[in-house]
Amino acid sequence: MKRITAALAATLLATTAMAQPDPTNWESVLEEARGQTVYWNAWGGSTTTNDFIAWVGDRVAEEYDVTLEHVKLTDTADAVARVLAEQQAGKNEGGAVDIIWLNGENFASMKRQDLLFGPFAEQLPNWQYVDTAGKTVQTDFTIPTDGYESPWAMAQVVFMYDTADIDAPLPSMNAILEWAQAHPGRFTYPQPPDFLGATFLKQALLDLTDDPAPLMQPATPETFDKVTAPLWDFLDKLTPVLWRQGQAYPQTGPQQIQLMNDGEIDLAISFSPGEASTAIANFELPDTVRTYVLDKGTLGNASYLAIPYNANAAAGAMVVANFILSPEAQAHGLDPLNLGYGTVLDMKTLSDEQKAAFDAIELGMATLTPAELGTALPEPHPSWMEMLKAEWTTRYGVK
Amino acid sequence: MRPSLTWVPRLTLAALLLPVGAGLWGVIAPLLGLVHIAGADPDQAIADLLAWPGLTDASALSITSGFGATLMALALVVLILSQLHGTRGLAVLRRLLSPLLSMPHAAAAFGLAFLIAPSGWIARLFSPWATGWAQPPDLLILNDPWGIALTLGLAVKEAPFLLLMSLAALGQIRAGQSLLIARALGHSLSGAWLKTVFPAVYRQIRLPVYVVLAYSMTVVDVAMILGPTLPTTLSVQILRWMSDPDLSLRLLGAAGALLQLALVIGALAVWWVGEHLIAALGRRWITSGARSHGIGLLRPIASGLGTASAAVVLTGIAGLLVWSFAGQWSFPDALPAPLTLRNWQRFGPALGAPIQETAIIALTTTLIALILCIGSLEAEARHNLRPTTRAMALLYLPLLVPQIAFLPGLQVLLLNWGLTSGRWVVILSHLVFVIPYVFLSLSDPWRAWDRRYGTVGRALGASPNRVLFRIRLPMLLTPILTAAAVGCAVSVGQYLPTLLAGGGRIATLTTEAVALTSGGNRRAIGVYGIAQTCAALIPFAIALTLPRILFRNRRALRPE
Repeated sequence: MKRITAALAATLLATTAMAQPDPTNWESVLEEARGQTVYWNAWGGSTTTNDFIAWVGDRVAEEYDVTLEHVKLTDTADAVARVLAEQQAGKNEGGAVDIIWLNGENFASMKRQDLLFGPFAEQLPNWQYVDTAGKTVQTDFTIPTDGYESPWAMAQVVFMYDTADIDAPLPSMNAILEWAQAHPGRFTYPQPPDFLGATFLKQALLDLTDDPAPLMQPATPETFDKVTAPLWDFLDKLTPVLWRQGQAYPQTGPQQIQLMNDGEIDLAISFSPGEASTAIANFELPDTVRTYVLDKGTLGNASYLAIPYNANAAAGAMVVANFILSPEAQAHGLDPLNLGYGTVLDMKTLSDEQKAAFDAIELGMATLTPAELGTALPEPHPSWMEMLKAEWTTRYGVK
Repeated sequence: MRPSLTWVPRLTLAALLLPVGAGLWGVIAPLLGLVHIAGADPDQAIADLLAWPGLTDASALSITSGFGATLMALALVVLILSQLHGTRGLAVLRRLLSPLLSMPHAAAAFGLAFLIAPSGWIARLFSPWATGWAQPPDLLILNDPWGIALTLGLAVKEAPFLLLMSLAALGQIRAGQSLLIARALGHSLSGAWLKTVFPAVYRQIRLPVYVVLAYSMTVVDVAMILGPTLPTTLSVQILRWMSDPDLSLRLLGAAGALLQLALVIGALAVWWVGEHLIAALGRRWITSGARSHGIGLLRPIASGLGTASAAVVLTGIAGLLVWSFAGQWSFPDALPAPLTLRNWQRFGPALGAPIQETAIIALTTTLIALILCIGSLEAEARHNLRPTTRAMALLYLPLLVPQIAFLPGLQVLLLNWGLTSGRWVVILSHLVFVIPYVFLSLSDPWRAWDRRYGTVGRALGASPNRVLFRIRLPMLLTPILTAAAVGCAVSVGQYLPTLLAGGGRIATLTTEAVALTSGGNRRAIGVYGIAQTCAALIPFAIALTLPRILFRNRRALRPE
């Protein structure tokens, strides 16, 4: 009797395991992925990332017979909402979303609610190249990834400034404030809750605070009020001298770049060190734009790919995630002519031939070298971003 | 025994009303606790809505932009028709109507935004030589908190619709005779038009005016481009709540949708009262017999405003075209330094899939709508049915109920029933908006067809179906193609139904273009905006040329 139960249990386990591809058996993943269509849900507002995703689609179609469809979102949260809705409707397989580009609060929220497939990231064949020692690729906004998301690009805050209008970099938030007061209407940031706008708030907070330690812990109302007081003081002074006196804001990062190209603003924040060079190459910024980092350093983080627990094509999604970790895709993404995103790979693990592809890339006239970028400051716990966005909306989001 | 066709009008009304009804139920039921959304509490949702700091401003914006745009559009149409009646100027504007109407709202709004921004085309043309601006001025023109840019944008885009409806109405009333008598009594041309023709025209365009009011109060895509951001209009905020990862916000969105619906109903009621007040005052003015000669002096203003509003939309599209070929283009250069094909090479290949999706949806929707409308009209003819005023009002209902009020409810219901959204759901939701326009466009020519052709055919032994397929449909090919073009243009322009019913997975030119505005890359927006405009214009071009080719030796059947 006992043996029958055990056999039954084993069969049941085997069937559940069958339903989910096993990342440790890569051959079977490749086999299952063949012919699958993978829906990649990623923000569609940036034409360079759209082009990169299309390129990935061409390559995985050639190499692995996987069809990649880019579902263009106006907000990554839309994809999270979709998976959540499916879970609540009991749709536990055949979901609409196969792979999501995310990090921070969206990852934290999906992980907390058991909406993720995995762990898979550290079983991917190309994980061997990932720089786990030198780059923050195993914690996401202080939350351990535990293999539930695979890193694909490094980002760090830089400030873009037009050398035709600003002589020298403005090395701190207070220097930016002084400059803005002397040049009213020439600076703005994307309107929070936009991701980049919220990043500006965090960056300002890190630069203005004396003690960043509480930011690594979940925020409480008491620590929040105490730690953010200098930020609101700073913004109260900055807002009246912003572009349009703070009565309108660009809604996204690319809109902010368009404003810079139109000559409406002279200084803008970016979360991608190569973005300015890529934009110059595409006529989207004047070639007088350069980038710099603040003296106290700037925020950095990794972008990740995660697979929902009910993905229809989890095998295909892993093939895509693995391909993006390949030296070929990483070098393609690093090139400012394509994307200009930082790589997550460790150059020491690459063969000479693979390394040569990286060395050959012209980083672009406006891109800082890794040494100039310095070490990135770690992201605060996601709860800070949530509370900063809410507080900003209450203070400045309604006229 | 002839097969009965009476079920076709019923099916058509069902296709119109069921989605709207279900959607409204999907908004109201969860708030009453009849449908449960996990993690959401109806009382809390209503409390959260009332506590939202932007509520007063957003609601006020909905009202001011709605009334402002409708009043301006209507005033412009009345000015144009009263001043330019029978002139060549009106003939020119009339010819511009099709392109103006078919242009998707989102494309027109992008074009307008680039035109009027402080760093926009107008400022570039006059800088620095006339303005002295080496840098764009820090002026709050777009996204102003008062919604002025939004209101003006809506007014210039809605005026052509009201003008078209008025011109159609003019064809049904004896405007010429009334004018002749009034002029013989010593009234000026425009005075005579206002006193004798306008009241009759207004009665005919009342429902379209209500449609413009409801639409302008609740539009989403135009408000996202031209409207304020601190806070946004209520409709945009509802969309944000509906697409938040926190599902409990769906209920907050539903509460917002209900408030939006109440605002629209209230505004329509206020408009209705206003109509009656003005009618009472107007009647006193008309019967006073006063001869108002000064009105004629407004003619230059009428032609000026008419030309300007058409020019704004058309120049906006020209701006999109230039951007789609632009290399580096800095302020204050009037034109881009290098013109390049690179943008089309870069974004063009990605257009293929959305063009295909747009075409499949537009053609299927239009085909179904045509079959239903022709079936209904034929049933009307065969069974001697007369559409009641109430049935006509039902036809307008989907256009009067704000999209943002019932589409979220539809999405909630689909989710609750575990149904996958997809292309068919999108087509069904487009049908709700395509059927009314196809029907309105087709019904007049259909009813005007000389039934004696049919009698002759029947006398020669043809069955009713043979009369329909061999005589009536071929003779009415021109209006049928025009109705199809209108249907396609309406379907191509739909943003919210595609987004919400398609679950974000159905990418048409319009959803792609609106998603790109969140980026702000003008070159990409230029490429998509032009593609979107072409998608709406090509069916009109076909509707104009095909009958000319087919009827090259049947002059009376060709379009004018």
